[in-house]
Amino acid sequence: MVTINELHRYGRTKLIMPGTSACPGCPLQLGMRYLAMALDARFAMVIPAGCSSVIPGAAPYTAFTVPVMHVPFASSPAVASGLRRALRIRGVDGPVVVWAGDGASADIGFASLSGSAYRNEDIIYILADNEAYMNTGIQASGTTPPKAWTTTSPRGKTEGRKDMSLIMIMHNVPYVATASIAYPMDFIDKVRRAASIRGFRFIHLHAPCPPGWKFPDNYTVRVARLAVETGMWILWEYNQGKLTISSPSVPYKDKGRRKPIEEYLKLQGRFSHLTKEDVEVIKANVDKQWDLIIRLTEIYR
Amino acid sequence: MINQSQVSGRGIRRIMVGDHAVAEAVKLARVNVISAYPITPQTLIVERLSEMVDRGELKADFIRVESEFSALASVYGAAAAGARAFTATSSHGLFYMYEMLWWAAASRLPLVMAVVTRALGPPWNIHDEHTDILAIRDSGWIIGMASDVQEVFDMTLTAFKLSEDERVLLPVAIGLDGFVLSHTTEPLYIPSQEDVDSWLPPRNPKVPYVIEPGGEPITLGNLPRMDVYHELHRAYMDEAMNEAKNVIHEVYGEYGKLTGKYYEPLVECYRCSDAKYVAVTMGAWSGDAKVAVDELRDSGYPIGLIRIRYIRPFPEEKLETYINGVRGVIVFDRDYSVGFGGVLAGELMGLVPSNVSFKGVIAGLGGVDVSPSDFRNVMVSFVNDVERDGYLRVRKWWYIPSVNGGD
Repeated sequence: MVTINELHRYGRTKLIMPGTSACPGCPLQLGMRYLAMALDARFAMVIPAGCSSVIPGAAPYTAFTVPVMHVPFASSPAVASGLRRALRIRGVDGPVVVWAGDGASADIGFASLSGSAYRNEDIIYILADNEAYMNTGIQASGTTPPKAWTTTSPRGKTEGRKDMSLIMIMHNVPYVATASIAYPMDFIDKVRRAASIRGFRFIHLHAPCPPGWKFPDNYTVRVARLAVETGMWILWEYNQGKLTISSPSVPYKDKGRRKPIEEYLKLQGRFSHLTKEDVEVIKANVDKQWDLIIRLTEIYR
Repeated sequence: MINQSQVSGRGIRRIMVGDHAVAEAVKLARVNVISAYPITPQTLIVERLSEMVDRGELKADFIRVESEFSALASVYGAAAAGARAFTATSSHGLFYMYEMLWWAAASRLPLVMAVVTRALGPPWNIHDEHTDILAIRDSGWIIGMASDVQEVFDMTLTAFKLSEDERVLLPVAIGLDGFVLSHTTEPLYIPSQEDVDSWLPPRNPKVPYVIEPGGEPITLGNLPRMDVYHELHRAYMDEAMNEAKNVIHEVYGEYGKLTGKYYEPLVECYRCSDAKYVAVTMGAWSGDAKVAVDELRDSGYPIGLIRIRYIRPFPEEKLETYINGVRGVIVFDRDYSVGFGGVLAGELMGLVPSNVSFKGVIAGLGGVDVSPSDFRNVMVSFVNDVERDGYLRVRKWWYIPSVNGGD
């Protein structure tokens, strides 16, 4: 387990330099910083098109302190595969990390992600999920929740949501976990556990986006935490055949201990149009998801 | 072309199809990472390379990707991590790579790709045509087109030297005509591994830069602070393309010393130095065009052939030299740009003075066979028309055989 003292030490280390072009309250900046803490800023990163193409700022400058390749939207798992293979041949060790959004992972880059996963390429894939195409201005993606407003779902998204992390388990990869920017110690531990394993490792990081979800800039962590506390986002870890619910989410196995889902929804303008019936559907989905994950912990034990 | 008496004795002679010749060249270049996706008529290349890797003849990683897009993306990643990398494709596969082609070129990483030329659907057609490889001509790839199996091999092997040259650092695509070269057996001279090693050392991973954990925190491809950086970057690419003309000269000079096989590097001039008319071709059918030229010369027609070996960098100085002083130029395109005409005709026309006769011929699309006598007939009527009328300027003329016996 990462300790508070360790985090304090990193608090004084510039893992991301000043001058990024991230929006105020950006969850990706937090997540990227935790990632750098977890790997002691010693890794190579591949980033497909998305908010994180813009965040490091404009060339010839960059705010990132690790080697980074920005690559076409659908290509990052394949680029990382080649990168890692070549490094192995050259005898260079150290993690190769893909840092991709939900559009790049669940939609346009899905084939290439699936290909890399099934080949069990030796890479760490972080899906930083802000639940829509935020860089192009809030369009619905494969992970946008049903009913959520986006500019391409003006009356609420009519489709469901791809469960990317469960899809990845079915690729028979060694490590899959969910994480949240509101729980840095859990996320850092997961990155480190992933880094200690070889093969394809996938971490699905929940990243609430203030302008995209329409909540105030200073609520990013609060919204992310509420997602866990209401049971909307379940933190779990699948490690080489064993699936466990992670400690921050353990209390919420008990439905009675979950905060009311309305507390999560009401902070977000993207859900402001929901009817009572819509909220009931969302609640039923949360219960179903918990039921599924709890059953999976029994299967993968 | 090859003078057999000059061939060095250290290599071996084999009989081989074009696709396998590509694989032999890749093996001799000691490529580190290979990734490709099957598509007819390229598939023999990946199959042979897989066998070589499997048998341990070639110490490389073969990445079995799920698409051509990922094939190019993964060898691109390998090149960024310092490996010598190779891919191969054809037609629809090349088009599926399209976005990555541009990204790879502008990243200035050395890469080599074989393109087995093939028509684009619909209808599904696996036969030869040059439209696919010519559709990438603006992307920043150096593009060569071979005319026989020996040249397929030589162009592939020299491509690594060319692409990795610090003055170039652009990816290289080698075109070989689908079936006509890819699946046709011809004699092939293969230089020895020792000779190749002495001339082509392992790739220096630091050139131009390397992306690796713990390495220098280089960022590739983030937004430019000012758009003019983007413009400058493209101008530098163009400079490198221009410099590549000199490097191609040098590389083929060295290669000639090594193997005894000398080429006119950018453009081959076949009986054109004293010609009053020149035909222009690219690729495998140039052999048939040469037969036509020989026959016409025998009948007293003063015609020669210009064969384009590298269409990028565009060899305009050479072409201008050969065109200078002729009475007429006839260009044969095995490709088309709908609503425009033949691609080569379009590119060349700007170099042909307005008082010189010109004809652009589109032929051989979708694998339609164009024989030496077809070439001869079209060339003869061009020369006769110009001689009779004094002047002719036709950018686009479709040469389509009559359809007999069809339902």
